[in-house]
Amino acid sequence: MALTTAPDPTRRGTGSVRPPATRRGTGRIRHGEGLAGYVFLSPWLIGLMGITAIPMLLSLYLSFTNYDILTPWSEVEWVGLANYERMFTSDPSWWHSVRVTLSFALIAVPLKLAAALGVALLLNRAWRGVGLFRGLFYLPSLLGGSVALAIVWVSMFNREGAFNSFLALFGIEGKPWVNDPDWALETLMVLAIWQFGAPMVIFLAGLKQVPTELYEAAAVDGASTFRQFVNVTLPMLSPVIFFNLVLETINGFQGFTAAFVLSNGTGGPVDSTLMYTLNLYITGFTDLEMGYASAMAWVFLIAIAIITVIFFSTGRFWVHYSDGEDR
Amino acid sequence: MVASIVAPPVARRPRTRSWLRLVVLLVIVAVVLYPLIWMIGTSVKSQQEIVNNIGLLPEHFTPGNYTDGWSNFDVSFGRFFLNSAMVSLLTVVGNAVSCLLAAYAFARLRFRLRKVWFAVMIGTLLLPSHVLIVPQYILFRSFGLVGGDWPYLPLLIPQFLATEAFFVFLMVQFMRGIPRELDEAARIDGAGAFGIFRHVILPLSRPALVTTAIFSFIWTWNEFFRQLVYLSNLSDYTVPVALTLFIDSTSQSAVGPMFAMAVLSLLPVFVFFVAFQRMLVEGINTSGIKG
Repeated sequence: MALTTAPDPTRRGTGSVRPPATRRGTGRIRHGEGLAGYVFLSPWLIGLMGITAIPMLLSLYLSFTNYDILTPWSEVEWVGLANYERMFTSDPSWWHSVRVTLSFALIAVPLKLAAALGVALLLNRAWRGVGLFRGLFYLPSLLGGSVALAIVWVSMFNREGAFNSFLALFGIEGKPWVNDPDWALETLMVLAIWQFGAPMVIFLAGLKQVPTELYEAAAVDGASTFRQFVNVTLPMLSPVIFFNLVLETINGFQGFTAAFVLSNGTGGPVDSTLMYTLNLYITGFTDLEMGYASAMAWVFLIAIAIITVIFFSTGRFWVHYSDGEDR
Repeated sequence: MVASIVAPPVARRPRTRSWLRLVVLLVIVAVVLYPLIWMIGTSVKSQQEIVNNIGLLPEHFTPGNYTDGWSNFDVSFGRFFLNSAMVSLLTVVGNAVSCLLAAYAFARLRFRLRKVWFAVMIGTLLLPSHVLIVPQYILFRSFGLVGGDWPYLPLLIPQFLATEAFFVFLMVQFMRGIPRELDEAARIDGAGAFGIFRHVILPLSRPALVTTAIFSFIWTWNEFFRQLVYLSNLSDYTVPVALTLFIDSTSQSAVGPMFAMAVLSLLPVFVFFVAFQRMLVEGINTSGIKG
């Protein structure tokens, strides 16, 4: 029958990841399995304690001290909230780094995701050559985070760089973009957007899972391509958009390498590329103010946590999970 | 039923639209590839041409940049490559082993607080590594592991303790797809938790292990932040840290050699990309979307 050739709406794009077919209902722990569980878990547990939890607590303690790596522990002074006070009230470069980081994330991340979604839509229909394009577009995501590529990027947007020679073709006179406080951060944003391939691949997988029946039904109802995009693609894709948005925003806040390379580790010109993590590095490892840097790290952590909570609590209103009660 | 047989196929897009799409895609390909081709071109341009010749390709092929860059510093780049390779390969081993063990516990074994630990593991997925660098540095230093004869332990110890939650999660997701009937069959044959791991899960988890290995190699090869913090002697430098030395020497004469070494440093990643392209592209899919 015709039904057998119809695409199976439950088909998963990636195939290999499937929920288990059967699940034992009882929560009882089989004899000996509890011990085995902790044996297998032990490297992770040791890591959780030694590499994550204890350093976090140490960092919390240090954030209330004036610790620098040079003075012995016995002379470390408890300074109460002084580090936090200094951050919020008397450290303009901290505020500056917050502004730089926020504007980087708020501009680069939406543009990167828009590029990723746009190209994914172009590639969506199955045709020869999709694999090649997909691979080529993904390549920058593998290379883009490296020091080598940051070096290339800085040279490209130099006075004699390739970008200015490109502008010259249209008779536009360029400038040394990376040395201009008004433009240095923008060149880093372009570098981030250039790496649109990773979210694009995730979008493509999401698009594959949209049942074609929905488009057919919409077409029968006379919906235009645009309306199909708004009323079918976007809602069906919203979990993937959400996933990409959370991931890319949190990554965006942590941009370090390119800013370090562009400014030779200073955050310049005129602090225009002083990303939060770069500021943290300079404070902790150049100025050796590790107590203050710990306070900065905790504020960063809390900020990331708040942003994640905001994402997840607003997600309820626009993320549509089709394998919820619908199925 | 009959209607579904006779219903017309979805209308084909007009030919012009598909041509337009191809043109747009080719333009995007050009934008995406331009920096890479320009980088390779510049790496074989002479000093003179780097300033004057704006084209992609050199007029005079100058491979000397590669030999100049290789020995530009007191320590040869060969040493930096060896250091990077060692750190990356040991990281691969550490991640593969430790994340596999943890993932097996989460995916298959039942023990007290399992759900709590799993939630904690998911929580660490979003924990920025920069937040912990200061206290980790202090702790490693107090154990005498920073800047010693072999300063790579602070880079490697976390990797042997399954701190890369991303890979743990990836493997848990993968193992959930392995039919539990296989576990049951092994159990009937008398296998315990270790036997099932050894004879069922380990052999069947090979695809997830390969994905983990490739990604952890590439990410560690490109990683900069932690290597910058922990490596302070020139002879211990990895490739990314060594590359930043070129920026310090602002003299124009080092641009060609700098590009040459940048190209060389990306070569291993590129080789991985060509060899495992499909797996890499699919790999990031298996990781996240479908929980």
